[in-house]
Amino acid sequence: MEVVRFTLNGDPVEAGVRAGETLVQTLRERFGLTGTKQGCDLGDCGACTVLFDGEPVLSCLVLAADAEGHSVVTIEGLSNGEELHPVQKAFLDEGAVQCGYCTPGMVLTTTALLDANPDPTEAEIRRALSGNLCRCTGYTKIVRAVRRAAEASRADGRGGE
Amino acid sequence: MAAKLLGERIKRKEDPRLIQGRAHYVDDIKLVGMLHLAFVRSPYGHARLTAINTGAARNAPGVVAVFTGEDLKGRLGFVPCAVEMDGLKIPEHPCLAIGEVRYVGEPVAAVVATGRYLAADAAALVEVDYDMLPAVTSMEQALEKGSPLVHESLGDNLAFVAKIEGGDWKSVEADPSLKVIRQRMINQRLGPMAIETRGVIASYSPGEDTLTVWSSTQIPHLLKTHLAILNKMDESRCRVIAPEVGGAFGSKLNVYGEEGVACFASRQLGKPVKWIEGRRENLAGTIHGRDQIDDVEIYAKPDGTVVGLKCFILADLGAYHQFLTPGIPTLTAMMVLGCYNIKNVFVETKGVFTNKMATDAYRGAGRPEATYIIERAMDLVARELGMDPVDVRMKNFPAPGKDIVLPTGVNYDTANYQKTLKKVLKLSGYSKLRKEQVRLRKKGKLLGIGLSTYVEICAMGPSSRMPAGGWESGTVRVEPTGKVTVLTGASPHGQGEETSFAQIVAGELGIPYDDVTVFHGDTAQVPMGIGTFGSRATAVGGSAIYYAAQRIKKKMARIAAHKLEIKPGEVVFADGKLQSKDGSKSVAFTEIVTEAYYARQLPPGVEPGLSELYVFEPPNFTYPFGAHVAVTEIDAQTGEVSLRNYFAVDDCGRILNPMLVDGQVHGGLAQGIGQALWEELIYDENGQLLTGTLMDYAMPRARQFPWFETANTETRTPVNPLGVKGVGEAGTIGSTPALVNSVVDAMSAFGVRHIDMPLKPEKIWVHLKQGAMPGRDAA
Repeated sequence: MEVVRFTLNGDPVEAGVRAGETLVQTLRERFGLTGTKQGCDLGDCGACTVLFDGEPVLSCLVLAADAEGHSVVTIEGLSNGEELHPVQKAFLDEGAVQCGYCTPGMVLTTTALLDANPDPTEAEIRRALSGNLCRCTGYTKIVRAVRRAAEASRADGRGGE
Repeated sequence: MAAKLLGERIKRKEDPRLIQGRAHYVDDIKLVGMLHLAFVRSPYGHARLTAINTGAARNAPGVVAVFTGEDLKGRLGFVPCAVEMDGLKIPEHPCLAIGEVRYVGEPVAAVVATGRYLAADAAALVEVDYDMLPAVTSMEQALEKGSPLVHESLGDNLAFVAKIEGGDWKSVEADPSLKVIRQRMINQRLGPMAIETRGVIASYSPGEDTLTVWSSTQIPHLLKTHLAILNKMDESRCRVIAPEVGGAFGSKLNVYGEEGVACFASRQLGKPVKWIEGRRENLAGTIHGRDQIDDVEIYAKPDGTVVGLKCFILADLGAYHQFLTPGIPTLTAMMVLGCYNIKNVFVETKGVFTNKMATDAYRGAGRPEATYIIERAMDLVARELGMDPVDVRMKNFPAPGKDIVLPTGVNYDTANYQKTLKKVLKLSGYSKLRKEQVRLRKKGKLLGIGLSTYVEICAMGPSSRMPAGGWESGTVRVEPTGKVTVLTGASPHGQGEETSFAQIVAGELGIPYDDVTVFHGDTAQVPMGIGTFGSRATAVGGSAIYYAAQRIKKKMARIAAHKLEIKPGEVVFADGKLQSKDGSKSVAFTEIVTEAYYARQLPPGVEPGLSELYVFEPPNFTYPFGAHVAVTEIDAQTGEVSLRNYFAVDDCGRILNPMLVDGQVHGGLAQGIGQALWEELIYDENGQLLTGTLMDYAMPRARQFPWFETANTETRTPVNPLGVKGVGEAGTIGSTPALVNSVVDAMSAFGVRHIDMPLKPEKIWVHLKQGAMPGRDAA
């Protein structure tokens, strides 16, 4: 066991982790944050995507110990209390969810994409989402939701200026 | 109110919990003292088990128990198959292999430990001695004399032969004017690939002698019955809960050996036992879909009229039957004439055992294969006769609205195939596309335009035609506070029926949509039902809910009429009130609810309470249909196919919520396109699975698809009160042949008339290299 200290959804946390323990295990087992899903445990499906210093990472491929000193955001940390994050709201409004298993990963990947590129083209959206597998939606409404979120964020940004 | 809610694009009730990571799938559930299960699986396609040494595993850290097939013998039953068929061979299918393994991934031993990874580590320490036996993975080889036998005791590898014959073949075969077109078509093996793998928690309480099982399943009630039988338990003491289910597509319409073992282990150990399937286990040990070789003969008049179709189906069942395995190819036979008025049919279906995982229901389940056969056949006829594929289809459609019974025995409900076809031709700009194709061809560019006009058999189904009951239950319970609880025996898992069923009930009762909550999946809460599959949940389950709501209305109307001193037939439900038709007399919905429970002034003969169960038995299947156009471009250098546009016009009967219907169509399209272009499970001749991870199995990704342009026509079915036909499988069924027809259309310049799926670049490249494209302008 070693102790790892990091920022989780904005709060400083620490946990004792086993050598070889992956971040997804720590989040799910030690912090009870089960919104992060394990779809393959091999880095292929994207269901375990979390934000690591704002970048999307596959938490099944990150050692928990490597989180030391970094910031991790999971799906549970995205909304502000009951107020949905604009990306979550866009997914809801577009009906971009079916079984929901890939959704947390999709939402976080989208959040990172829009932070880096507030006005992505359709091709850029599809490329960004290509590490996240979905078997239900055919991706159509997810791509639409990303566009909608981008528009909403930009409108919000202008409003603040 | 009803009219307003039904047909509206209403946001899903399910989504707030899903987009915030607050939903609970099996793996998100933790119980006190929970143990974890891992399986030792066969690395060989066929081998005799000579010894299993579990000593090292038993001594590994955290290990509580190790079980082998011998330990379970006589104590845990066999994996069930629900299909009954004349002459069907059903081999014994133990939950853990006994004596012999017959496919890669077959469970051989089970290790229970205090942690998931401890169990997995210990499983690696179980020493199994295998004596290799010859495996057979080719169906044709499996049917030859002298082939290795998957089940020695059965004498051969032929599980069943079924025939459908209709019409007057003597005169068809004697008619020299008919063109006979023959084609072999291979429908490759696929992985259903729900993003949530299978998972189960079994929790046995020795004191109460009760077993509670959480399973990622489409059929909690059927699973409960079978787990009780398997475990030789009193069914009353068993409860199954399907929590949030992360996709299924037919793969969780089953009773799996692992579920049986988890229950057994929990009963032995008196503690909860969890098993979560790994992705590699999912590829090897969760049912597969499709896998047929179809030899087709089409008999057509020179004017394009198809008079007869013969089809010889070889269906690869794998090594054992799962729940519906042998039933799937029989659906292919039933639907092989598609939406065409073909008078003569002959189908012979052979189910074949091989050393592979079982095939079973995967989205479409037998019907995508049928549609593929007939839709490719229509294009082959067009090609042979030099006709446009549109004209051949128009020529063979039955007249709109005409009730037809085909020689396959199916009786289509209501249809207008001409209308959907015309609509998709307009939507896609078909005639413009044909002109563009000619223009591009002159420049050496390959554009393909592919058509598919499908009909499917849905809303499974009348019980007389189903292996385990085709009805569905619906309960509407108005709680004393006026909030409404809806219980459905269907067990949706992503389709959105918590939303559409609330729309039905709120509309009928004239109350706010937010006042209605739909529950499903828990056998202790929901009366016996069948489940969600075969595009049945809304058509059959929704109809049960609709009728249960009618019973509630009838009762409430009686109470209200008594109070308002009007006739029950005059009571109207709207805006949270029960009122007379002219609105002059009214009473609040909640007031009548209170009266129903306080029961102080109930009219004579009215029972207190407000809960109604309705079990809906559909009189027939429904037959949704549609027309799709796929536009592909082929890279003349590499053979790579890119899908440029996809147009789909689907008729699923009445649409309750267009947002849900679009979602079902989009997802179905992606799966059907995935089969046409990329997906394939491959076993080698020894029975090794070569596509055992997501690195090898080509699951479609976001960047591989264009926008799907979808539209609908609405032809209501008379089969149920909602007019709903079902839409869960339409996209999968319609899209695969449209894609292949499109690519073959593009490649027709090279004389190509058929290419088997998946249409990988190398297969196309071979044709491209076989010669220059005729008709191309000199550069």
